[in-house]
Amino acid sequence: MQALARKPTWFLRSAWPWRSLGYLVSGVLLGAVTGTAYLFLAIGGAALAIVLVGLLAFPAMVLLSMYVARFERWRLRLVDPDPAPDPHRPVPTGTWRERRQWIVARLREPVTWREFGYAMVSCLALWWVDLTIIGVALYMPGLLIGSSVVAAEEEPLLSVPLVVLGLVMLLIAAYPLTAWAGARAAMTRAILVPLDERLGEAVRSRARLVDAFEVERRRIERDLHDGAQQRLVALSLKLGLARLDLAPGSPAATQVAEAHELAKEALDELRELIRGVHPQVLTDRGLPAAVDDLAGRAPVPVHTDLVLPGRLPGPVELAAYFVVAEALTNVARHSGATRAAVRARMREARLVLEVSDDGRGGADPGAGSGLAGLADRVAAVDGALTLTSPAGGPTLIRAELPCG
Amino acid sequence: MRVVLAEDGVLLREGLVGLLQRFGHDVVAAVPDATGVAAAVDDTDPDVLITDVRLPPTFTDEGLRAAVALRARRPTLPILVLSQYVEQTYAAELLDSDAGAGAGVGYLLKDRIGDVEEFVAALERVAAGHTVVDPYVVRQLLGRRKDPLLRLTPREREVLGLMAEGRSNAAIARAMVITEAAVAKHISGLLIKLDLPPDADDHRRVRAVLAYLRGRS
Repeated sequence: MQALARKPTWFLRSAWPWRSLGYLVSGVLLGAVTGTAYLFLAIGGAALAIVLVGLLAFPAMVLLSMYVARFERWRLRLVDPDPAPDPHRPVPTGTWRERRQWIVARLREPVTWREFGYAMVSCLALWWVDLTIIGVALYMPGLLIGSSVVAAEEEPLLSVPLVVLGLVMLLIAAYPLTAWAGARAAMTRAILVPLDERLGEAVRSRARLVDAFEVERRRIERDLHDGAQQRLVALSLKLGLARLDLAPGSPAATQVAEAHELAKEALDELRELIRGVHPQVLTDRGLPAAVDDLAGRAPVPVHTDLVLPGRLPGPVELAAYFVVAEALTNVARHSGATRAAVRARMREARLVLEVSDDGRGGADPGAGSGLAGLADRVAAVDGALTLTSPAGGPTLIRAELPCG
Repeated sequence: MRVVLAEDGVLLREGLVGLLQRFGHDVVAAVPDATGVAAAVDDTDPDVLITDVRLPPTFTDEGLRAAVALRARRPTLPILVLSQYVEQTYAAELLDSDAGAGAGVGYLLKDRIGDVEEFVAALERVAAGHTVVDPYVVRQLLGRRKDPLLRLTPREREVLGLMAEGRSNAAIARAMVITEAAVAKHISGLLIKLDLPPDADDHRRVRAVLAYLRGRS
């Protein structure tokens, strides 16, 4: 469609008029074939309905339209460069039993019925329009050029302007042809590649991504734990033993003592790093225990009050944990608070988590605090994060995370 | 001392065996996972068990669970649990598993192994029936108690922290560079403030303090 707005010299030399023509011609062919097929199925189904077998023709019509729709989405690429993914949910079809379930699943999906509706409109009306547009676009120029051939025998002078006029009309015809092809493609996309299905896929793929990240973080944590941390402890042990053998105060003893201190500092840093990557106690004991430990590390007293029915889904626990961790870090860094509180309850399959403090307020999500990152983390599990922090305080961070 | 060791890392396991041998202790069994711990303890009847919190096959907290289960079955076996992390949750679970027989119990960060003499001393204290809790954990426990501990002076809190690590009065005096008499004064003061009657037995006193701290968490 955008191609229409470009300069005529560019547009007419581009592939778009030809692509549009191809799109419409294939539309006519598809419409004619499916129209006939539907006609036979409908008539045959109605005729055989009396012996019940005929009734099968009607679900067959619906299922046939899925393949029509698949072909429509496929040929969309002729005029529409955006991808048109299959909106159907994947259902296995290995065994006969699974195939039966597949039919039931497909018949229950709203998108299947949208495709059926589209196929009906397409075979009853759209392909006629395609045919008409192609006809009008090609008939007049064809007539003019054709008559010029006839005219050439009788009035050779007349044939030249006829050919020129025919060619000009052919060029002009490229415009309505492309316009209709664009409109038809847009309509096809709107019906067969519905926006909400595409969003649904985006949400699912984001959830998969979050899961993949989580698996990866656990792997990293495990690798650090089994690898670097173990070696550092062993190194620190060896250095500790070496110090026993060295005369106190000797240059070697001083060097080894320094190396020993460095190894211990590295262990400290590594431990904090690993905790940031993936908190072990969260995996082992769940959110309340992990929040208690966070509260224990906070520099201000933190009152914890978490009432949960049991373990929550892993991604929710992790998101909630990082909300509390980041919120308590902000309390310590920016708020000037003397105390804080963490509260969590389940409300209709949603975890409602609140972190409050009595600090000076004025927390700004944009000011490089981790709050923006937290919002992303919460959004990744389909939750919502709200922040109330008037100047003068108090600050309340509230996260709602669906657990179902 | 005869020691059973449960640790999955080969480097660390060998290192610990070497370290303990050097200090004249005998590692009678060294197992790489939690499933073998109980059998090794039953077979060798050791003086003390050292176990990592996190062991195969699940790499979660199997070592801790094995330790808690063993304490229920063999209440007199002293156990030292080594952890990669400072988790008061684990420490509390371990201390709460005390069946009342008064066997020693310890919870230390793995990092402490590097301070070899202190580590071996802590192990010996555990084997002798004392309670040893990693200073980090103690700091966490003290850091979040509000009410009664706010009544303590900083000096008294420091003494309480060192007590919770299982140190004797003499050791506390050395660590704080004060006299033993001053330590005793601080202790009786803080015990009164915490509503705990003074007691001649160090070890029970530490337990009372820890139980008190835990009860308030």
